[in-house]
This record gives sequence, structure tokens and C-alpha cells, in this order.
Amino acid sequence: MAHIDQFRSAPVVETTTGGDRTMVLNMGPQHPSTHGVLRLLLEIDGETIVRIRPDIGFLHTGIEKTCEAKFYQQVVPLTDRIDYLCPMTNNFTYVLAVEKLLGLEVPPRAMWIRLMLNELTRICSHLVWLGTHAMDIGAMTVFLYCFREREEILKMFEMVAGQRMMTSYFRVGGVSMDLPLGFLDYLKNFAGYFPARIEQYSDLLTDNPIWTGRTKGVAKITTQDATDLMLTGPTARGSGVDWDLRRDMPYGGYEQLEFKVPVATEGDVFARYIIRMEELRQSISMVKQAIARLPEGPVKADAPKVVLPDREKMKTQMESLIHHFKIVTEGFTVPEGEVYQGVESPRGEMGYYVKSDGTAKPYRVHMRSPSFANLNALGVMCEHNLLADVVAAVGSIDVVLGDVDR
Amino acid sequence: MPLEPAITDMELLKDRVAVACLLAGLPGALLAAKFDRNELTLIVDQVQIVEALRLLRDSTETQFNALADVTSVDLYPAEPRFEVIYSLISYARRERIRVKVPISGLDPYVESVTPLWMGASPFEREIFDLMGIRFQNHPDLRRILMPDEWEGHPLRKDYPVEGYR
Repeated sequence: MAHIDQFRSAPVVETTTGGDRTMVLNMGPQHPSTHGVLRLLLEIDGETIVRIRPDIGFLHTGIEKTCEAKFYQQVVPLTDRIDYLCPMTNNFTYVLAVEKLLGLEVPPRAMWIRLMLNELTRICSHLVWLGTHAMDIGAMTVFLYCFREREEILKMFEMVAGQRMMTSYFRVGGVSMDLPLGFLDYLKNFAGYFPARIEQYSDLLTDNPIWTGRTKGVAKITTQDATDLMLTGPTARGSGVDWDLRRDMPYGGYEQLEFKVPVATEGDVFARYIIRMEELRQSISMVKQAIARLPEGPVKADAPKVVLPDREKMKTQMESLIHHFKIVTEGFTVPEGEVYQGVESPRGEMGYYVKSDGTAKPYRVHMRSPSFANLNALGVMCEHNLLADVVAAVGSIDVVLGDVDR
Repeated sequence: MPLEPAITDMELLKDRVAVACLLAGLPGALLAAKFDRNELTLIVDQVQIVEALRLLRDSTETQFNALADVTSVDLYPAEPRFEVIYSLISYARRERIRVKVPISGLDPYVESVTPLWMGASPFEREIFDLMGIRFQNHPDLRRILMPDEWEGHPLRKDYPVEGYR
């Protein structure tokens, strides 16, 4: 309640143009186009925004603190809940960081499964972005089409992990279990028709005069501002920053995939839209490459002290039973040290800083979330522009409030 | 891939571009360096941190033009108690380094890097909010995630997980 009280007694936003010319308008936290609980304080002069201040923290649940009280393997389900639109990317980042701390290498099949599902997650997340962003600006149809395809992806997540959204499928040392029967056929079928569906969305929007009118030249970010404000991902690439961690600092096997990194220089909402549409095409091509190159073999690393043994082995081998008991009750210890693992999430650089003190619980886990940094762009995007474009600007940086507040 | 032992010997690390740049440009600023798990960490003096980061950003040899992350660690009850950690990226050279500043627990403060990267502002506010480290010359140092009247800094190690009851 502090936020409201503070607002009532003394507005956070000081007036700059002075006196009676400006007023403070409150947008959110319960506003449909803030994609969660983002509260924006807008100081407006007529229809023009003089200042914009985000007020965040409504979803803060202290995940970083909670991690310090959990075993390493117990942190995986917490990471899903940060950026709930791309759970696998968060799992991926965390397990990569812990594997780096342990010096553990995963078997090839697990690596390809991870890459495949990570790219599928990107598609899933971009579909939510496209649908809601288009709906914010007024194109209802796109939303329904996007969610049709997203449902198919969520079905596949359910097949592999038993969960549609909070998957927790990746484990330190591999993935929790092998792909179920019939999954690859389902995925191949999806990968077959999905490229045509991308063109459908594109047909609805790209040349649509209403869409271009609402997005072209709106909420511009310059290249210099993009680096100054620590923007990453499609938001920065739309402003001419040619940087993609998958290509420039490959992790988890991305060096073996072929893909292009789309970059646009306009820096407006339309450029960011074009970038993400192209990323959809690249992602589905990466999924296809991963299907084609998926080898047979184990899906968990051969590290009995870290990775839970198979159920079958537990019933026949004493050693396995002991390891299982030890890992579940005491966790596994991780050698002292610290790592930072950054990956390219659908929104930008998702980074996990993990520090170990040699025990079974992490000493410190910090999440560098892309949405938190990308919110910085609100000022340059909205100030001195029209009030109606705020919705387009917020949608174009694709914020997820769980990711902002953690 | 088994872990290789960390390299902390400055003689072995002085050929690294970032280390060489700091040794030449700001003598005395670099307290120690460590190369562990393929990641280079520089430990820099609290007083000269902004100058060091400015040098790393602007020098034509290092070109660490992007700041990826700012975070902090509480090493309670050790002294110096806190560490503020900057993660820098050079887009041109595709390299990432970590710069650490040890900070005393008695009066935790450090100079803000917002003049170099404006985007560091919410990251520093988050550290101020959750860890209780002040950032001097920060344009708008307020709590960001916790309510304004909250007492204590939740990420400190002497703050119980369930909160004060």
C-alpha cells in the first residue's frame, strides 16, 4: 500500500513544465495492456508525455533470497516462475551456470533436446508477445491465431515435462527424462506447418496500413541509447545493436546451429516487430536442425554424485540407491567459486550469477533479467511523444513482470 | 571437462587485455585478478571504480562498451563485507569480464556508475534496496522492489529468510 500512500501525499513525479500545465496520470497496476502489474506514472501536458516513471515491485517474491535456502536441484522449479513465458530458457540458464561451476558436461542427446526445447520456448514466448502486442494496438485476430499455435507448443511441453507452463524439465547434468514416444512426430508435424502460419500473421500485420501507422516511427531508440540503457535482445537489435549471445558467445551447443541474427536500424516499434518475426522463422529452422541431428544415447550425464540414478538401477544396485538417497536428502556439493552465465532469452540477456561456498546450497544466486533492464527504455521511447503510443511502446519491449520483479 | 585450478598469479594474467589496460592506465586500482572457469575477474579498489570502468569502456584496446549486469554479494561476517560486481561485455571483441569492488560493512557505499551507463540506475537501486549499499551521486536512490517503509535489507545474510517476526 505504500505506493498508493506515497502517491497521494507527494507525487513521485515532480512537474517540470510547472504550474497548471501538467497533470499526473496513473496507469496500472491493473491495466490490461501493461502485461501484468506494471504501474506507470505519466506526467502529461495535454496529450504529450512530459515524464514517465515506472513503479515496479508488485510481484516481488524474493526468489533470490529463497534460492539461498534451497539445494542446487531445488532451485530449478523456482527459475520457472521468474519469466513465466519462457520457463525453459530460465531452467537452461540456471543449469548451465551450475554445470559450469561443477565442470560437468552433458551427453549430446541432452544437449540437442535442450536446444530444441529452448528454441520452441522462444517461439512460444514470441507468440504471446505478438498476440498481446497486436491486441493492445487493436488487431484482435492475430491474438487468436497466435494462441492457437501456442496451445500446440504447450501440449508438447506437457508431453515432455507433464506441465504446460512451469516445466522444470532441465536438470543439472541433462534433462529429467527422455522424450516420450510420439513427441518427435508431433514436433515434426508442427515444424512442417508453422512456417506458413508465420506468414499468416505477417500477412495480417506487416502491410496493414493501420498497423504500420501505429508502429512506424513510434517510440524510437537510438543505437547509443540502447547501449547506454543496457538494452539487450530484440529491443537492442531493433536499434542497430548487432549482438546476439547465441552467435557471439555460444553456450550449450549453439555454435553447431546455423542461423541468422536479424538487425534493423530504425529503432522504432515496427523494427522490433520485424526482428521478432524474423526470429520466429530462425527459431523454427533451428528446431528443425535439432530434430535432424538428435542422436540416440543417454539424456543424463554420467556423474552419479550429482545426477539422480535411473529407477531401474536403484532397484538393482546398492550404489545407486545410496547415491539417490544422498542427493535427495543432502543435495550435492558444488566446488567453491562463482560463475556468470548469460543466455539469449526471448527478451534479451538472461544472466545467472551463481556463487558457491562449497556446500549443497548456493551462497548467492542473482538473476539478471532482461525485462528489468529493458524497462529503462520507457523514458526515451515515450517522453515528448503521445499518450496513445505508451501502449505500443510497452508492448514493443515485451516486458514480463515476473521477470522484472523476481 | 574437469575443473582447472584458478589462476590468481598476476604475472600470468598481465597479458590479458583488461589487466594490462588497468595496470598501465590506473596504477594501484587493480588489487587482484583471477581466472577461473574461463571467466576473468578483476578486483578493483573502491575509490577508483568509476575511473577504472571508464577506462575499460573508452580504451581502444579493451572496448568494454556494454555493462551487462550489476549485482552484489554479502560475505557476512567477513570484512570487507560486501562485494559489488559489474559484468562488462565488449561487443567488438566478444569478451566478458567481471569487475568486483570489495566494500566495508561499516559504511557500505560506492560511487554510482550511472554517469557511464544510465541503465545501471535500476540495478543500483535494487542493490540499495535489497543489500543496503549506498550509491553516491545516483540521481534517484530510492527503494525499488520492497515497499518504501520496509525495514532492513532482505538479501543480507543476517536477515532471516522468513523476515523479522
